[in-house]
Amino acid sequence: MVRIEFNRLRFLVIDDNAHMRRMLRTLLHGFGAREVHEAEDGAAGLEAFTHHTPDIVITDWAMPIFDGLELTQMIRQPGANSNPYVAIIMLTGHSEKKRVASARDAGVTEFLAKPISAKGLYQRIVNVVTNPRPFIKTKTYFGPDRRRNVNPNYIGTERRKGGKADIIKQAPLFEKVRSQG
Amino acid sequence: MVPPKKNSAAVATYGDHEVITPENKLRKVVSVKSLLPGEDHPVARAEKALAGLSTEFASWMDSECERLDKARRSIAASGFTAASKDAVFHAAHDIKGEAATFGFPLVALAADSLCRLIEHTPDVTRIPVKLVDQHVDAVRAIYREYSRSDAKELAATLAKRLRVVTDEFLMHENRGRPDVLEQIMGPSIAPE
Repeated sequence: MVRIEFNRLRFLVIDDNAHMRRMLRTLLHGFGAREVHEAEDGAAGLEAFTHHTPDIVITDWAMPIFDGLELTQMIRQPGANSNPYVAIIMLTGHSEKKRVASARDAGVTEFLAKPISAKGLYQRIVNVVTNPRPFIKTKTYFGPDRRRNVNPNYIGTERRKGGKADIIKQAPLFEKVRSQG
Repeated sequence: MVPPKKNSAAVATYGDHEVITPENKLRKVVSVKSLLPGEDHPVARAEKALAGLSTEFASWMDSECERLDKARRSIAASGFTAASKDAVFHAAHDIKGEAATFGFPLVALAADSLCRLIEHTPDVTRIPVKLVDQHVDAVRAIYREYSRSDAKELAATLAKRLRVVTDEFLMHENRGRPDVLEQIMGPSIAPE
């Protein structure tokens, strides 16, 4: 199995609900994480992000000051902070199509609908660690490639300009690790 | 403060966009190994750890219901304001998201209906306070009566009735806004 050394990852959990923070911390410690930082709103979250430079941010959507979506947009500013490529897992009770698309367009890496489960959270973390997507920068977007798959049946207009080399396939880390024995 | 790490990234420039492949700093934490004999999978370990918290879940649910009730009383006293609307919405939203984890999944149905009512009403001052009260009373009643043998039927009946009334109200308030109606009535697309 693919194993993640959670004790070498630094997490930042941002949620205004203390119960949810406690559950997330418990789950992460259960996975084996040691370094879990917390913040209770978007503003404190941004400060903690700068201070602790986490490897993975887990943020709620609905929060005071500014919400998880705005926080994501602030982090995804090339040159504005030390790691605009950080993995961001959006945790929320909002699961309507428009909401999910908004999170994707803000630059969220993974989306996890509440109620949370150990399995769901673990899968999202494994995915961001083992299958990092390249980032796309356009005039209006900076974030993980929103095209998770190439659809051979797509018949619409190619919206990205620049030829066939538009998509750079990144070998999954799992394959790299396996080939190294 | 942890010193910032340098980011290196391969950048390929195309007609109207760049494809950036950041250095994968998380690679170092991945390996392929089997579980040792008797070793629990990390998910199982986390579930056990969460189960260790479960003795606190009922008191957490108490405090979430109390928070919702307090927010509701604020609306009853002063009507809908930006602050009171946010307070009720966030309280209901948290219950919707936490109830199943706390072991009270049936409570989430009524809380979800209240969230939809507030979120999709263009002018919240038009929401009948009585309808908010009915939702909050339903959340509290379902939680309070959770140990009853017919709790599931009770919760389903209450939530269904609230949902029907809420949908009727939302359809009326959003008439002439087909895009909003499609969003309101559309299914969730979030992955499990």
